[in-house]
Amino acid sequence: MGSLRTLTSIAVTMLGLLFVTFIIGRVMPIDPVLAIVGERASQSTYDATYEALGLDKPLIVQFFIYVGDVLRGDFGISTLNSRPVSEDILRVFPATLELATLGVVFGVVLGVPLGVVAAVKRGTWIDQIARVVALIGYSMPIFWLGLIGLLIFYGILGWVGGPGRLDIFYVDIVPTITGMILVDAAIDGNWDVFRNAFSHLILPASLLGYYSLAYISRMTRSFMLEQLSAEYVTTARVKGMSEWDVVWRHAFRNIRVQLITVIALSYAGLLEGSVLTEIIFSWPGIGSYITTALLSADMNAVLGGTVVVGLIFILLNIFSDLLYKVFDPRAK
Amino acid sequence: MTAFSKLLSGAAIGLAVAVTGGTAFAETPANMLVIANRIDDITTLDPAQSFEFAGSDVVRNVYGKLVNFDATDLESGYGPDLAESWEVSEDGKTITFTMREGVTFHSGNPVTAEDAEFSLRRAVILNKTPAFILTQFGFTPENVEETIVADGNTLTITTDKRYATSFILNCLTATIGAIVDKKLVMENEVDGDMGNTWLSTNSAGSGPYQIQSWKPNESVTMTSNPDFYMGAPAMERVIVRHVQESASQRLLLERGDIDIARNLNPEDIAGIRDADGVVISEELKGRLMYASFNQKHPELSKPQVRQAMKYLIDYEGMRDSFLNGQYTIHQNFLPQTYLGSVKENPFTLDIEKAKALLQEAGVPEGLTIEAGVREAQERIEIAQTMQNAMAQVGITMNITVGTAAQILGRYRARELDMYLGAWGPDYPDPQTNAGTFAYNPDNSDEAGATGYLAWRNAWDTGGLSAQVDAAVTEGDTEKRAQMYRDIQADFRENSPFAIMFQQIEQSALRDNVKNFSTGQAITAAAYWEVTK
Amino acid sequence: MSEQTLRQWLLSETPTSRRHARAAAFYKGWLSFRGNSMAMIGLGILIALLLIAAFAPLLSPYDPFVQDLGNRLKPLGTEGHILGTDSLGRDILSRLIHGSRITLYIVALVALIAPVAGLLIGTVAGFAGGWTDTILMRITDIFLAFPRLVLALAFVAALGAGIENAVLAISLTAWPPYARIARAETLTIRASDYISAIRLQGAGPLRIITKHIWPLCISSLIVRVTLDMAGIILAAAGLGFLGLGAQPPSPEWGAMISEGRRFILDHWWVATMPGLAIFTVSLAFNLLGDGLRDVLDPKDAGK
Repeated sequence: MGSLRTLTSIAVTMLGLLFVTFIIGRVMPIDPVLAIVGERASQSTYDATYEALGLDKPLIVQFFIYVGDVLRGDFGISTLNSRPVSEDILRVFPATLELATLGVVFGVVLGVPLGVVAAVKRGTWIDQIARVVALIGYSMPIFWLGLIGLLIFYGILGWVGGPGRLDIFYVDIVPTITGMILVDAAIDGNWDVFRNAFSHLILPASLLGYYSLAYISRMTRSFMLEQLSAEYVTTARVKGMSEWDVVWRHAFRNIRVQLITVIALSYAGLLEGSVLTEIIFSWPGIGSYITTALLSADMNAVLGGTVVVGLIFILLNIFSDLLYKVFDPRAK
Repeated sequence: MTAFSKLLSGAAIGLAVAVTGGTAFAETPANMLVIANRIDDITTLDPAQSFEFAGSDVVRNVYGKLVNFDATDLESGYGPDLAESWEVSEDGKTITFTMREGVTFHSGNPVTAEDAEFSLRRAVILNKTPAFILTQFGFTPENVEETIVADGNTLTITTDKRYATSFILNCLTATIGAIVDKKLVMENEVDGDMGNTWLSTNSAGSGPYQIQSWKPNESVTMTSNPDFYMGAPAMERVIVRHVQESASQRLLLERGDIDIARNLNPEDIAGIRDADGVVISEELKGRLMYASFNQKHPELSKPQVRQAMKYLIDYEGMRDSFLNGQYTIHQNFLPQTYLGSVKENPFTLDIEKAKALLQEAGVPEGLTIEAGVREAQERIEIAQTMQNAMAQVGITMNITVGTAAQILGRYRARELDMYLGAWGPDYPDPQTNAGTFAYNPDNSDEAGATGYLAWRNAWDTGGLSAQVDAAVTEGDTEKRAQMYRDIQADFRENSPFAIMFQQIEQSALRDNVKNFSTGQAITAAAYWEVTK
Repeated sequence: MSEQTLRQWLLSETPTSRRHARAAAFYKGWLSFRGNSMAMIGLGILIALLLIAAFAPLLSPYDPFVQDLGNRLKPLGTEGHILGTDSLGRDILSRLIHGSRITLYIVALVALIAPVAGLLIGTVAGFAGGWTDTILMRITDIFLAFPRLVLALAFVAALGAGIENAVLAISLTAWPPYARIARAETLTIRASDYISAIRLQGAGPLRIITKHIWPLCISSLIVRVTLDMAGIILAAAGLGFLGLGAQPPSPEWGAMISEGRRFILDHWWVATMPGLAIFTVSLAFNLLGDGLRDVLDPKDAGK
């Protein structure tokens, strides 16, 4: 019953998502036909393409034709590069997944302890530093930081790989299994490729990670403060429990669920929000894919990309909702 | 950059260095050519459909054509390629090509007249964007059986009337003239598409390279064809990698990760000019930058206003500042190096003269016009410079920036007051530009002649349309050139087009790269002559 | 009433009226806020920004639109152009000063629209439960599931480029997180004993939401709003970067970065100066928000 309801709600959300995207795509004053045929096309070429895209049918018919295709796993053909959208997504999504995952790992590993320490040492210089670190991260224009980072660490120092996912001569060496080069290289046991991919990944991932660190550490601090002021903490302290146990065994245990929600949100944010980073670093990910497609009115690509990102987002949310229900007695 | 984030990235990078051991100056392998370019315009690699710059580069290196340009001697014009020779009939309407013997496709199939027949017929029948390059000679899907015919080792094409032979052959050097492997293509036909879907991502040519992979917005990888009839290319692998930012391209080149950077802006060119191991090559391209004014607008259609606009452009100021080195002043619709091109550029920025002309025309105070501009930085800056000059004569110019599809849609619907854009020739013959800038036989809305720039600006070109028609059929080359000079003299003064600049492409290369050409104003880039 | 007595009145431990109690609470909040030096710096920067925006024409040395192609890309500290000039020879300082108006405009509008919408939807959904909750949360999920920048882009593309449409688009993408936070808070609070007590006293749902749930939600919302401000400014810049935000020749800071990013290697200040301006203002909002949070969060109060 519960899982049925969850499934229904996913379906409803996805359908709503598709519908909104579809409508926006159709009312947009961008001509999808022109995006394909270009400036020079004669009127007869234009008309033929218009019909081939099915644009002469009523909107609602077009929508249901599309949904029907999606249900059969067919996202259609990208009008911009004449190949199946599903193929494109399989190519671009792992790139973003790899980048965002490393970014969020970075954010969690540094952000959570920073937030906890800041809360415990509230008001001290440690708290102040943690605060400034987070706030600076949150205030920095990422494309500027990205360009400067490239200039210094790639251009001048040569410590990291340049734009793109790999140096040219490492391209197409390891077989594509997951599409995430680090993983593929590890499976293949090709550590040269792994190192190269990592050197390309580290800078954009650190930038994204810094943003997620800022958010995660602030939220962690906020949750921890709430717990530390609770009565049970005082009781525990009075009972003579060690500070370590109070903080990690009790207070931290209680914020785990909230924290996972925050991390999930942050992860989803990185998955969809790395467009500018992807552009600066020539990273062929889903963010720049959807953006390019949108501006050229390549609606099959936009819809396909939106569905995938939307689905991931919904799944992450349902995951954190479930955690809430399982672990948090207050939400029952 | 804050001290902290430095520290942070420093720590992360310390880790990276620990694993990579640091990277010194890299160098690409000796048999591989690596190019950074913007290739996000490629929508298909089917020569019957491909029509963008980066796609033309690929097709030129993958497919042979009946006639073609010598990559190292573009000035000499078209010469034999897959056709060894040709003959023109008495009435000038029929050309018979004799095919070169012993050439094979990448598949191993021999290149025959039948393949040539199939390729040209296919382009006409598919009727994709570039099809007009062939259909302007009267070929239609219905008549190709009679007008494009293979017979043994020869291919005969018959046009609907006499055209200058050079016009026809120049058109056959365009991307759409590529000869595809009939057998291979038809094996991959789906739903009667003549292999269109398959060819959009695969290749079936006889040229020096074949496509190994095309990853949209990422890269195109080509491998050499060791059996190429003119000899195996020195570069066994060519990778064209999409790098959007000029700054990124420059860094890649400086670090030796690529051999050629094709989209450096003037500032990066200036910054890299003196770098060790880097040379800059300059080639005049066919692309023109122009502004045009909608003749449906009651004020903009006055002859004095059309003139005044041409005096409101700071040609020298722009050329010497943000366009430095990448555009030269050119105020005529035929690019330099084209038959009949002229170098007269009479207009300069002259606010007083413009003011006087506007007054003479009785333009009211506070005229406001909307200009559509595509989101390319140089165009936006040109637009702002014009906006600045117009403000000085009391005209408010509002700039609307958008993507190609957004702005072009309105331009083709004749909705914009002003359009600021670029135009590149489709094939190396004067007709390509004369037939769109100065040709508009029916200016009515119903005509829907969206292919003609003159129509998009609702400009009735008057007698010019007839002159263009006459020039295209003139067999005597010198006479023909003079006709184009006359058309341009009239056009320059009276048209609602302010043609401003012609592009110079600046490529930055590692200094060991030799014989690279982007194809100048007439064709696309060639890789098979490149050595390192 | 002299200042001394006003102070005493405000610090009185025994308020004489509801208004008195509120004023006293506000004053005490202000005192603790004033003690937070970083928040005060943030406030100071924002007040300076307001003043700069108000007196922009007086403060800027040049017209922000006047071009001088012969005098372009001048470095910092050039005579007459302290922050240098941009690609068209316009004075960067003057453009920054005028751009402050646009930034304030964006921030003010988005801060008005998005959190209010989110709060309303979130608390109603959380409090009402049942079908209302399901429907409202489904809508929230749909918008939340949208890639944010894509939704904003799509909207601007549909409505046309420009600052107002950018603001609308950003607000449209910004409200769902507020709604979710508000709902989560509401769910927690709703089950608490004191709400039951108030309910027993006969308080209606409207009263409970506005008087008891909103005040408790507002603290987390304010943290989120102020921390989001930077993101909002950056989102607007992102739209400008993609050519869909402020139209040229507007001196919007984000658009200035995207204009200047072409020269980052040799003329770094063109993109850096507006970048620093954005950074400063975002940081000010963040500092302020952080300080406000300490003051306003009732769960934190009194410790």
